[in-house]
Amino acid sequence: MSAATGLARRHRFRPWELLPWAAGIAVFFAFPNYLAFGTQVLITILFALSLDLVLGYAGIVTLGHAAFFGAGAYTVGMLAQHLGWNEPLSGVVAGALVAGTIGLASGFVLLRTHGLTLLMLTLCTMTLLEQAANMGAAWTGGFDGMPSLAFSKILGLYSFDVLYFRSQYLYAFVVLALCFLVVRTLIYSSFGQSLTGIRENLLRMHAVGAPVRGRLIIAYTMSAALAGVAGALFAQTTGYVNLAVLGLERAAGVLIVLILGGYGRLYGAFVGAIAYMVLEHVLAKAYPTAWQLGLGLTLVAVSLFARNGVIGLFDTLRRRFARPAP
Amino acid sequence: MDPVSILLGGFASGMVLFIVSVGLSVTMGLMGFVNLAHGGFAMLGGYAIVLAMKHWGLDFFPALALAVAAIAALSIVLERLFYARLYRATELDQVLFTIGLVFVMTAAVTLGVGPETQVITLPEWLRGQTDLGFMQYRTYSLALIAAGSALMIGLWLGFERTRIGARIRAAVDNRRMAQSMGVDVGRLFTLTFALGSGLAAAGGGLGAEILGLDPNYPLRYLVYFLIVVAVGGLGRVTGVFFAALLIGVLDFVLKIYFPKGGTIFIYALTLILLLWRPQGLFGKRA
Repeated sequence: MSAATGLARRHRFRPWELLPWAAGIAVFFAFPNYLAFGTQVLITILFALSLDLVLGYAGIVTLGHAAFFGAGAYTVGMLAQHLGWNEPLSGVVAGALVAGTIGLASGFVLLRTHGLTLLMLTLCTMTLLEQAANMGAAWTGGFDGMPSLAFSKILGLYSFDVLYFRSQYLYAFVVLALCFLVVRTLIYSSFGQSLTGIRENLLRMHAVGAPVRGRLIIAYTMSAALAGVAGALFAQTTGYVNLAVLGLERAAGVLIVLILGGYGRLYGAFVGAIAYMVLEHVLAKAYPTAWQLGLGLTLVAVSLFARNGVIGLFDTLRRRFARPAP
Repeated sequence: MDPVSILLGGFASGMVLFIVSVGLSVTMGLMGFVNLAHGGFAMLGGYAIVLAMKHWGLDFFPALALAVAAIAALSIVLERLFYARLYRATELDQVLFTIGLVFVMTAAVTLGVGPETQVITLPEWLRGQTDLGFMQYRTYSLALIAAGSALMIGLWLGFERTRIGARIRAAVDNRRMAQSMGVDVGRLFTLTFALGSGLAAAGGGLGAEILGLDPNYPLRYLVYFLIVVAVGGLGRVTGVFFAALLIGVLDFVLKIYFPKGGTIFIYALTLILLLWRPQGLFGKRA
């Protein structure tokens, strides 16, 4: 197979790509007692996937991605709490729209900057939203958030399962699969290629006449909407929203998830979210301080030695042990 | 409250922000290194003071001097071992590394000392009130203002009137040109990094009255320190000084008149300012 045909076929589905989804369904039957946790893993995958679009593909380094997750979660929460809008699917769409709008507006003004200024601006935008959520207590519940939200049946058929989280798990699974298809299609489109180009060589993309800023704004908006979907799912499946959905710790957390898995690769979000959340689930409850210490040391090690995350490590190993080309 | 006490209170917290942030501004300006762990050095400095006073029975000022020296030494070790490897790395790697460092510092302090808030006992003569002639004011706040101003003058003289200062300014303005003129920017960076971390340690100890001291310090104030640097301009000592005072006063006023979430204005103003002047209020256009 020549390089050209390889490149032309790169968007085709490969058989192993079914694996994560098969595993997701297998978990549903094999671990019925862990589906609440599994649901959160799925939501984290979606959130990390949305970050991958801007960070991994478009190369926008942001510290404020939780702003959009929080926007989605608060939208769903406020609609349910104040307007009695309990229908889950339209709630997710509303969350995506609100987060996407915030992404579009902030991207429009923010993305003319880069580097440290951009980092600061994304951080400030998120903190601004967090403070606004803290101040507008009449609507957002302020510091306490909205502790008990109720939602109606999904599609009018499946009610939220408070004990075993079966319907929540499948709901999150299907939404993740749909969002993943969108991201995958986007990444392999010419649009996705131009994003990679912007990341790799900004000057050259300007020189060949690519509409750089417009592309970045579109990518940022789509990523914000996807993060909004993740936030909306979070609010619906857990039944609460509080200030933590908007905080620096969530923003840093999703960054860590993506980096651990490997950014700029479609499945990095999956590997990272599963590795991070399983470890956290096992370790953080028993040894919270040691967990933080381990996390810190891991980050230091990853930034110094393994810049492409877990998948990157595998790639390096594979290259090292693969037979040299004839 | 009358305007003078508001101004004095704001200046006092502004001085703390200045002492902590000034090193961050210079090191970021020199290498463009995104150091999110800077507040961690301030926290470690505060803890070094607490521990030296508790276990070795030192007085406040000897403990402060010891903490500054210890944190400066620690920062040299970290800089040579780790930071130096990441100068040419992407911002993302720098962000990850320094966030990881913050987690390690926070966890180390929680494990070694405990999660509770620490109190630094001030010497007798710094407590209580001082008669200014027209009003009474907290002695410690006045002392902070005096110390911060003295530091500002000292740093300004060092930057403007010494050869090392001239080299630092040259390297901030144009690193490549400075390097080709024979300035060893790497060594300058190590030097300013140690100085900045030492000052942060002093700020962490001196500011414990105002900012508190607990393991979450570095993350809680990260945005504040970054805002001071961003508003003041990278590598600008005087800029950071005025920015710190501005934000100190603004924060003080907002906390009095809008105790619930008044700080939102600071973030909004920073946002607008950075969009208008990405190089900060006092920075030079790149």
